[in-house]
Amino acid sequence: MKELIASVKKEYLAELASQGKRIDGRALDQYREIKIERGVIGTAQGSALVKLGNTQVMVGVKLEKGEPFPDTPNAGILVVNAELLPLASPTFEPGPPNENAIELARVVDRTIRESQMIDLEKLCIKEGEEVWAVFVDIYVLDHDGNLIDASVLASVAALYDVKPPTSEEWTLPAFPVRGKPVAVTVVKLNGVMMVDAGLEEENTADARLTISTLENGNICAMQKGGSGFFSREEIERAYELARKCGEELRRKL
Amino acid sequence: MTGKPERLIVDGRRLDGRLPDELRPLRIKAGILKRADGSAYIELGKNKILAAVYGPKEMHPRHLQQADVAVLRCRYNMAPFSVEERKRPGPDRRSMEISKVIREALEPVLFLHLYPRAVIDVFIEILQADAGTRTAGITAASVALADAGIPMRDLVAGISAGKVDGVVVLDLMKEEDQWGEADMPIAVMPRRKQITLLQMDGNFTPEEFRQALDLAFKGIEKIYEAQKEALKEKYLPIEGER
Repeated sequence: MKELIASVKKEYLAELASQGKRIDGRALDQYREIKIERGVIGTAQGSALVKLGNTQVMVGVKLEKGEPFPDTPNAGILVVNAELLPLASPTFEPGPPNENAIELARVVDRTIRESQMIDLEKLCIKEGEEVWAVFVDIYVLDHDGNLIDASVLASVAALYDVKPPTSEEWTLPAFPVRGKPVAVTVVKLNGVMMVDAGLEEENTADARLTISTLENGNICAMQKGGSGFFSREEIERAYELARKCGEELRRKL
Repeated sequence: MTGKPERLIVDGRRLDGRLPDELRPLRIKAGILKRADGSAYIELGKNKILAAVYGPKEMHPRHLQQADVAVLRCRYNMAPFSVEERKRPGPDRRSMEISKVIREALEPVLFLHLYPRAVIDVFIEILQADAGTRTAGITAASVALADAGIPMRDLVAGISAGKVDGVVVLDLMKEEDQWGEADMPIAVMPRRKQITLLQMDGNFTPEEFRQALDLAFKGIEKIYEAQKEALKEKYLPIEGER
């Protein structure tokens, strides 16, 4: 099901954007209020609940022993899955993950994997035989826009919340994490670039670009979405926003 | 595949002898399938890819119709024999994501409001894969759309840029994709220089990112020429017969 928005509302949002304004009074480079709660689920090794305005995303991390992939016999496994729960939006329906859920999970996966924030080699128990598998399950509870940024925040917070399992095979002093990647999604609405789109802005925007950065400003993942396009200048602007807002987001983690 | 070679770039040359800013050999042919409304075949290095377009045609089932616009559907699919180890047939998470980003890369050039309630189907079949299949698929699909006679604002040309042994390179091949440090697929409307697909994974400094964009735009120019040539090759002789 598609999210519907009245055309008069779309025109209003476009008009506001052309004046550099937004419907909730935010600046173009301003996020909604961010709240992060850690350790919200006792049955998970690590968990976090992120509120980004009215958007709510919960992430639970589970560690289990498993077999390594043949091409990486000495590295642990990272699995990221996202569920767009039917309770989170009237447009979400029960059933297997659709392309939106799959895209969300894969963008978060690339951000975490490519940032190398989990030292997967330390999660090897016996080379070629047994390793730790890290399952990051993203649970979207309330969809009011910008699920990607909220999901990355929640995933990184949950990974830093991981307490090692009480098992004899676990010999590391702590769960091996380092660095904090953050994703900043910039949308283009009536030619104007803005961060952290709310649901109505998201559904009015022509296109979005997510840029995941590291502490040093390097980029570890990108994803364009939506049926619009970006000029080279707009891409440069998006990176500037990703850098600036990324710093702010990282301070919350 | 065998193990990682010690270096992927030796004396400024890549494993297949290319310079960092060089494309693999590229060949595009338009209109190679009889039954499809439009089709194209592309070879980029060892990649062999077919694209076919059906429509605009009435959308079935009816409840999928959009009252005001046509729906563009894209299916990116890899043949089981297209990669070293047999790929299980059918859609997986990777191909579902790629199908989505390909659709969003092609939508900007189409006038979908011209065909309310209709559907345009784009099928991309990867027959042999050697990295860069999504972007080569887009390049072929946009030629197939033109071959189908569907009005377009521009073509869409795709390529990947990335980083290998610390060097920013154009058009990664399989070994470079697997062992390189970054991969950035990109698709562009060449005349308007507008970016319709952009993905990236790995590690780029801001400066490397800019270099990669520069290289990609240069590559796109060459691909765009090959696309136009492919269409001329099919349609100019027909013009001549009149």
